[in-house]
Order: sequence, then structure tokens, then C-alpha cells
Amino acid sequence: MALVELRNVSKIYHLGGEEIRALDDVSLDIYEGEFISIIGPSGSGKSTLMHILGCLDSPTKGTIRLDGVMIHDASPRQLATMRNRKIGFVFQFFNLLPKLNVAQNVELPMIYSGVSGRERRQRAMTALEAVDLANRAKHRPSQLSGGQQQRAAIARALVNNPRIVFADEPTGNLDSHTGEAILRLFRKLSTEGRTIVLVTHDPEIAAVTPRRIEIRDGKIIEKADLTLAGLAKP
Amino acid sequence: MNGFLSQDRADALRHSTAQLNTTVVAGLREIWSHKFRSLLTMLGIILGVSSLVAMSALVTGMERGATEALIAIGGLQKVRVEPADLPIEQRHLADQAVGITINDVLALQESAPLVSRLSPEMRLPATASANGRTFRPWMCSGVWPVALEMNEHVLAHGRVFNALDNEMARNVCVIGTATRDELWGAPDKVGREIVPVGETIYLNGVPFTIIGMFQHYESEQERKAREYAKLQAAQQAQQAGGVARDRGHSHGSGGRRRGNFAFYLKNATIYIPLNTMWMKFRSGISTTGFGPGFQATGGAGGATGDPRLSTLELKIPSVNLLPEALQQIRNVLMSTHRGIEDFTFRTQEEWAEQIDTFIRNARLSGGLIAGISLLVGGIGIMNIMLASISERVREIGIRKSVGAATSDIFIQILAESVVIAVLGGLLGLATSFALVQLLSDLSPTENTPVVTVMSLTIAFAFSVLVGILAGVFPAVKAARLDPIQALRYE
Repeated sequence: MALVELRNVSKIYHLGGEEIRALDDVSLDIYEGEFISIIGPSGSGKSTLMHILGCLDSPTKGTIRLDGVMIHDASPRQLATMRNRKIGFVFQFFNLLPKLNVAQNVELPMIYSGVSGRERRQRAMTALEAVDLANRAKHRPSQLSGGQQQRAAIARALVNNPRIVFADEPTGNLDSHTGEAILRLFRKLSTEGRTIVLVTHDPEIAAVTPRRIEIRDGKIIEKADLTLAGLAKP
Repeated sequence: MNGFLSQDRADALRHSTAQLNTTVVAGLREIWSHKFRSLLTMLGIILGVSSLVAMSALVTGMERGATEALIAIGGLQKVRVEPADLPIEQRHLADQAVGITINDVLALQESAPLVSRLSPEMRLPATASANGRTFRPWMCSGVWPVALEMNEHVLAHGRVFNALDNEMARNVCVIGTATRDELWGAPDKVGREIVPVGETIYLNGVPFTIIGMFQHYESEQERKAREYAKLQAAQQAQQAGGVARDRGHSHGSGGRRRGNFAFYLKNATIYIPLNTMWMKFRSGISTTGFGPGFQATGGAGGATGDPRLSTLELKIPSVNLLPEALQQIRNVLMSTHRGIEDFTFRTQEEWAEQIDTFIRNARLSGGLIAGISLLVGGIGIMNIMLASISERVREIGIRKSVGAATSDIFIQILAESVVIAVLGGLLGLATSFALVQLLSDLSPTENTPVVTVMSLTIAFAFSVLVGILAGVFPAVKAARLDPIQALRYE
């Protein structure tokens, strides 16, 4: 069974009487342990797809099963719990809270899953060590470089041991050198068995992933290479 | 699916308790990072709470003072029978009205068992003179000795006139301290207590011998102030290097003031035997009202020529029996007055009710004003919370993306608002003591404001309530933010 199963998913907006199909009848499977990129120009619907896959949004039509749970008609609270337990996000602009230090930022998801204070600190340190940022735990995000901030954000995405990590243009705000380092980090995480979805407009970045899905005008136009997907399966 | 749901519920329950701690800490951090803004916001609550407490303290002080005065003049069991205008349907019988006479006293003694004590009184608008000075006392009355018990008078010096003094209509009197103060000088003016027992005093020109003096009546507040002034004076005298020259009490708190009016009136009294009053002043006795300045209109005697009284004071054993006792008295008096209703009852209950109404009104209006200022404080909190969440849209988006549920955001914003209100409330309680002190120094009333635990509790509870109410709308607004749009917000 696939980790994520999208079946005939559509997302339709109405703008001034005009129907806009941000996603048009999309079906997609993502398997556990896959390293996959969703690629497409801006306005293609890739962000919408990521939001729906990431439980930030609900589809207008179609069904989604994530880790065995049907989430296309879930309540906002259920979606919040899914985001908290099963999903990690890494954003282009890092999205760290400026008033909290790095360790507190990493602890944030655990606050909402009710982890005790001591365990939170332990797990946050472990996650920071995994991204090689333990020595910056007490720093504010503003005191870090872009690459360090993004590593902190990755630590935050991983700290609750999610089933799947979404990275939305994770290198878009970094210089190419740092960007490569971040991509190497993702690749390393992938070899450790993480399921990672990279969302990008840049084919060069998409090239690092074994499987690529191209999306244009709300439709998937390039299906995954099934053999690669099969290889990724345990 | 079901498993997911129930796990979700259980988790939600577990979080909300474990999380509250973190949320309150986050709220405190948020407040601390905007110290000045938060202080300004709290100021509304601080002022609201402290004015609520101070107002309540003032009213409670007034209430205590009024109750003290009420007890000093004889309490609720006292009823006064006074002459009154006839009702309209009896106006034509005015020339047959007998007025309240000594006969009524005798009749009531015989026929009204619910009356435990009777004190007839004839009032004289008198001018007292002695020691080269004159003074118009509040009350110069001819009474039986029972009047002392009736009006809660306590004799401090000399003796009370007795039945023999009354029978022989001797020219003797008992005075209150205010009369002494006016004619011979108050202790804090002359530096020693003068007891003019044995001196002669002229009442409307007729010489009387003072045979007794009442103790000085004052409110608790006045007594404390006086004792404090005395203590200070003594200390100052000691500090002056043992020069024990008593300069009086005038350098205390400005000497003895007139004080609570009810107590002053009680002190400004002269009592003479009833019979003496009747024999010596029968033409001058006031039967229409009391206090200085009233002139007798109908003269004494009335339709029957019996000794006519100014008022008749009665005491009944218990307040519970008041309606029955009044009915009994009315029955007896209607009979002796041959059906003409030329009298009226005045009970302290009316006064007590007036005090009650006044206190209630003062409490209501003060509470309303303080409540409005608390409300304004609440609006301030709401305003700042709305400003705060529009600054933090992105933060809310981030929190939602890592798994904060709508209720988590709601609780977070509400907790911040409540923390501001609670801190403001606590500071307000602390401030209220200073405010009460300030008010009691400034206010002209003699009553010390009394801060009660009740008022503190209510004021604090209100501040918390205001914090909750002010936080709900911003919290709902924040919780409803769409995570995607909030994340895109710049």
C-alpha cells in the first residue's frame, strides 16, 4: 500500500464567476522511502498539490489516503493532528519564529503533540545534531546564515518523526553553494529512509531526485518512472 | 478511522492541560517583549480595579459610619410619636385636637403592653448662657430620667435628676459635652477637661444648677484620631527635651473637629426635669417641631389644658414586633384623642431605609462608573490583541503548519489577553490600597474607607472576566486564519 494515494483529486476556485482548476483530476501514489520532486512553473498547481498533500488544504473533489487515513474530508482538527504527527514542512523563507531561539523553534511541533518539556529539549537537541546545528541551539534565527536557518527548519520538520517531509523551494532563498549543501542533506535523509517530496520550479534541482512528477495547468503530464519507484520501496 | 478519532480526542484532552503551562509562559514572554505597550494596556484594568475597590471601600465606610450613628441614637426599636397635621377629612375638628399629652403616656403605660419604655419630652427653643457666653443647644428638653436609657445617654459626671427633682420642679439640669465646650471651652482648647457640675447656667434667663454631664460621644474614627493626636503631642513634648509644657492638642490634627453630625447633635443637649419644664416654660414649649428656632404656635394646653408634649418616645422589645406595637399604640392614642388623628409615628426604620437606599445608590452608581472604566480597559486589551495578531499572522501560519489546531491558537491568544488582565488586576489590587489611602486623606467625610475581602475578590474576578471577554474576539479571529494565506502573509 502506498504511503500517499491521490485519486482523481481536483481543486477548483471560483474567481468572479470564472472557474479555475488549480488541480484537475490528479491521481498519484507516493511510496514509503521515496525521494520525489514535483516540478512545474509558477501557477501550474504544484503548490496547491503540496498544500493538499500536506493537509494544509482540502480538495474539492477526489480522495486522498495518507498513511492509511482518508484525509480529503477530515475536520480541521484532524488535519492539524496529521500535520503535527505525520508531516514535516520546509519552506523557502525558512519560517522560523524570530522571537524564539533555534532550540525553541525546533521544539514547536512537540508542544502541539503534548511532549513533556524535558523530552522536548532532548529530542530537539538530537534533531539539531542530525543537521549539524547543535552548537547554535541558543541562537536567534536572525543570528544564523540562510543555510543554517534552513537546517534549523529541517530539524523542526523532522523532530516529530513524520512519515513524509515536504520541502517547498528549499533552496530558493540560498546561494547555489549553500543550496547544494541543503540538497545533499535531503539526499542523506533519503538514504536514511525518509520520504521526501521536493517542490520546485527548477529542473536542475529536480534532477537530484530519482522520481520526478511534472505538473502543468493542474495536470500531471509526466508520470513517474515506476521502476525507480519500485526500487525505492523497501 | 474510528481509532484515529478517539486517539485524536484523547490527545486533545492531554495536550490542552499539558499545553496550558507552555501557553501561559508564551503569553508572558509576548507581554515582556512589549513591556511599555503591555503596561499601557494594563493601565486601564489597573485603574478600573482600583477604582472599583476604592469606591466600594468608601461606601462601606459610609455604611459603617451610618450604622454607628444609628445605634448611638437609640437603635431601631425606638419609635417617636409626634404631633401632626390632621388628615383632610378631619380638618374641621382641628379645634378639638388634644395634642400629645401626659395623659397619653399614662394611657399607654396602662394599655399598651408591647411598649417597654415611655419617655415623654417637652422641647424648649432655649438659649443657654453661662460664663459670659451664650449657646443655642440643639435640644433643650424636659424629660423623665428614663430618657437617658432611651437615647443611649451615659452619665460621666454628677448625677441625673430624680423623681423628687421632677416632683418639686427643681431648676436642675444635665448637659452634654458640646454645651460645656461652647460655654466653658473644649478640653483641647483650654488644655484640661472642665466639669461644670455645680455651676449655674441660665436657660432663657432662668437660672439652673448643673448637676450632671454626659460622656463625650464620638464615632470610632474620631476617637482614634483624637487618641493619635494626643499620643503625638505627648511624644513631641518628650522630644522637646523634657520641657513638659502642654500646648494643648491643637498641633495634632487641627484639634477636635465638629465630627460626625449625629454625634455632635447628641452632645449638644440639655436635659431638665419634665415637670420643671412644664412649670417654668409652659408657654414656650414647642409642639410643632423640634430644634432651635421653632416658636410655639398653639401654646401649651390645647383643647383639654393637659400638659402637652413635644414628642413621646417609645421603645419596643424587638424590631420584629414593630407593626403590632404600632397598631397597639395607634389604638390607644385614637381612644385618648377621641378619634382625631393629630399624631404621627416616626421610626428609625425609615431612617435606616433611607440609609440603605442611599448606600445602595452610591454602590450602584460607583460600581457602574468603575465597571465602565473596567470595560474601557477591556476594550484597550481587545484593541492591543487585534493589533498584536495582525502583526503575527505569519507566526500563526507557521504554528498551524507545524500542527497547531484552531483551538491551540484560540487558547494562545485568549491566554495572552487573560494574562494581561490578571496582571493588571493584581497591580490594580495593590494600587487600590494607595488610592484608598489617598481618598481617605482627601475626602471630607469622617468615615474611614473600609477595604473588604469581598470587594477585592469581586474586582479581581471582574478583571479576569474582562480579560476573557476582550480576548475572545481576537482569539477567534486569529484561530480562523487560513494557514496557507497566513504563511504567504508578508
